[in-house]
Amino acid sequence: MTVLKQEIHMQQKMLLIWSLAIGLLIATCVLMFPEMKSQMGDVNEMFSSMGNFTEAFGMDRLDFGTIIGFYSVECGNILGIGGAFFAAIVGVSALMKEERDHTAEFLFSHPVSRKKVITSKLLSVLSIILILNAIVLVLSVVSVAAIGEEIFWKELFLIHLAYLLMQLEIAGICFGISSFLTRGGLGIGIGVACLMYFLNIVANISTSARFLKYVSAFAYTDTADIIESGHLELKYLLPGMVFMIAGVVIAYVRYEKKDLR
Amino acid sequence: MGKALAIDTRKLTKSYGGSRGIVDLDLKVEEGDFFGFIGPNGAGKSTTIRTLLGLIHLTSGGATVLGHDIVNEKEKILSKIGYLPSEIFFYPKMRVKDAIRYSADLRGASCSKRAQELCERLDLDPMKKVEDLSLGNRKKVGIVCAVQHHPDLLILDEPTSGLDPLMQREFFSILTEENREGSTIFFSSHILSEVQAYCRSAAFIKDGSILLSDKVADLEQTGTRKITVTGSLTREKLQGIPGITYTEDAREDELKFLYRGDIQKLLTILAGEKIRDITITEPSLEEIFMHYYEAGEERK
Repeated sequence: MTVLKQEIHMQQKMLLIWSLAIGLLIATCVLMFPEMKSQMGDVNEMFSSMGNFTEAFGMDRLDFGTIIGFYSVECGNILGIGGAFFAAIVGVSALMKEERDHTAEFLFSHPVSRKKVITSKLLSVLSIILILNAIVLVLSVVSVAAIGEEIFWKELFLIHLAYLLMQLEIAGICFGISSFLTRGGLGIGIGVACLMYFLNIVANISTSARFLKYVSAFAYTDTADIIESGHLELKYLLPGMVFMIAGVVIAYVRYEKKDLR
Repeated sequence: MGKALAIDTRKLTKSYGGSRGIVDLDLKVEEGDFFGFIGPNGAGKSTTIRTLLGLIHLTSGGATVLGHDIVNEKEKILSKIGYLPSEIFFYPKMRVKDAIRYSADLRGASCSKRAQELCERLDLDPMKKVEDLSLGNRKKVGIVCAVQHHPDLLILDEPTSGLDPLMQREFFSILTEENREGSTIFFSSHILSEVQAYCRSAAFIKDGSILLSDKVADLEQTGTRKITVTGSLTREKLQGIPGITYTEDAREDELKFLYRGDIQKLLTILAGEKIRDITITEPSLEEIFMHYYEAGEERK
C-alpha cells in the first residue's frame, strides 16, 4: 500500500496533464461538430473516396454527419494514439525507473519483497490508466451534452472500453519489457505503441496482412466494427489479453531474479 | 564460538557473467561488534554488501544475516537492519521529511521523534527538497533512514565519504551510541584511520577475497614492526631475509621498512653496519594493511 500510494503520488502531475490534454482535445473536436455538421456531406464523400486510406481508418462505414460517426473517428483516434502512448510510457517506466533513478537500492533494502513491489507497481499502472480514462470519458460526455446532441451511451461506452483494454494491453506488454531494462525504455515503449498502431493500419489496407489484426492491440478498437456489431471483436480481443497477461507474468518471473544496479 | 554471528558467509561467491565479484568469501561478524570492512576500490566490498541484502543474487556458497538465510529469508533480514548505500538517491520532488517518513512507512515503523532528533543532530533541514541536496546532505538523509528504527544490524557502505570532519564525528558518535544499545555495526571503508579509531574488529578484502580478519587490537600487534635505519644499510644487504616490505625512503642514507619475522636475524645484519640512528615502532593499521596488500601482490 505504501509503495502504491507513493507511485500514484509521484505520477499525479503527469497523469493530470495527459488526461486533460487528451480529454480537452476530444472536447474541442466535439465542440467543433455542430459547425462541421452542415458541411459534412462533402466531407463524407471525400473521406469515403480515398481508397485504401478510407479503409485504413474504417471511414467507409462511418457517417461523419452523425455525432457517433464523427466522434468515433476523430475522438477515437485522439484517445487511441494518446492513450496508447500514455500507457506505453507508464508501463515501460514502472519497474525500470527504480534503477534508472538509482532508487532501487533504497527501496529494496527495506523489508518489501520484490513480488509486493511488482504488484504495487502493477496496481499503480492500472489505477493511473483507469483514472485517465475516467477523466477523458467525463470530458467527452460533458462536451457531447454541451453541443446538445443526444448521448449515445452504449456506443460511447463500448468505444471507451475498447480503448481502455487496448491501453491495458500495451501497458502490460511494456511492463514486461520494463523488467529487463535499467534505463532509457521510453523509446521502446512508444515504439511498441506505434508498431501496434501501424500494424492495424496495414491489416486494414491489405487483405493478405489481415492476420496482423490478431497481433495489433488496435484491432479491437476499430470503431466502425464496434458500432456496426454492437460488441467488441472477441477474436481480436482475446489474443490481446493473452499478450497483456504474458507481459505481466514475464515481469514477475524476470524481476524476481534480477540483479539490481 | 562464543557469541552468535550477525553476519556469517560461507564460501560466498558472486560473479557477474564471467567477471569476478567476490570469490569463496568467508566473513564472520559477531553480534554486537563494531566491524570495519576494509579494501581498495573494486575489491568487492559493495558486492558483498549487496549480496547480503539480496539486491543481487549469489552465484554459489551461502550466508546468514542475524541467523536468517539470505536467499530464503530476505525480508526477515531486511526488517531488522538499516542500510546506507555508498551513493544514495531518493525519489525526485521528495522533501527530506518525506523521504525519511517513506523509509519508516516501508518498515511499518513509527519513529518520527527519533528522526527529528537525528535531523537536528546532523544539522539537516527536513523541509528541503532532496534533489537540491549536496552529496553529503543526501548522505545524512540516508543515515537517518538507516538508523531511525534502531536496527539490530547497521550496514553502511563507505558512510563517511562526502561528510565533513565535524559531521563524521557526529556520525560516529551516533553509531557508537547505537552500538552501545546493542546494534551490530558493519561498515565498509577504504580509510583505515577511521576503522582503527572506532572498530573493534576489521577484515581486509582484496580481489574478492578476505585477506585477513581479526580484532583491531590483535591486528595492531601482529609482531610487525616499522623500522627506520639511517646509515650504511642498503636493500641489497637485506636480500634473502623474508618478511620485509619496503616503504618510501625519505633520504638517501635512510631505509624504511616493515618487518615481520625473527628480530634476532635482522639485528645480526644490522650489527655489521655503520648505523647512525634506528627506530623500531609499531606500525599503524594502514601500514599493516599495505604490508598484507603488497605481500598479496607478490604472491601472484
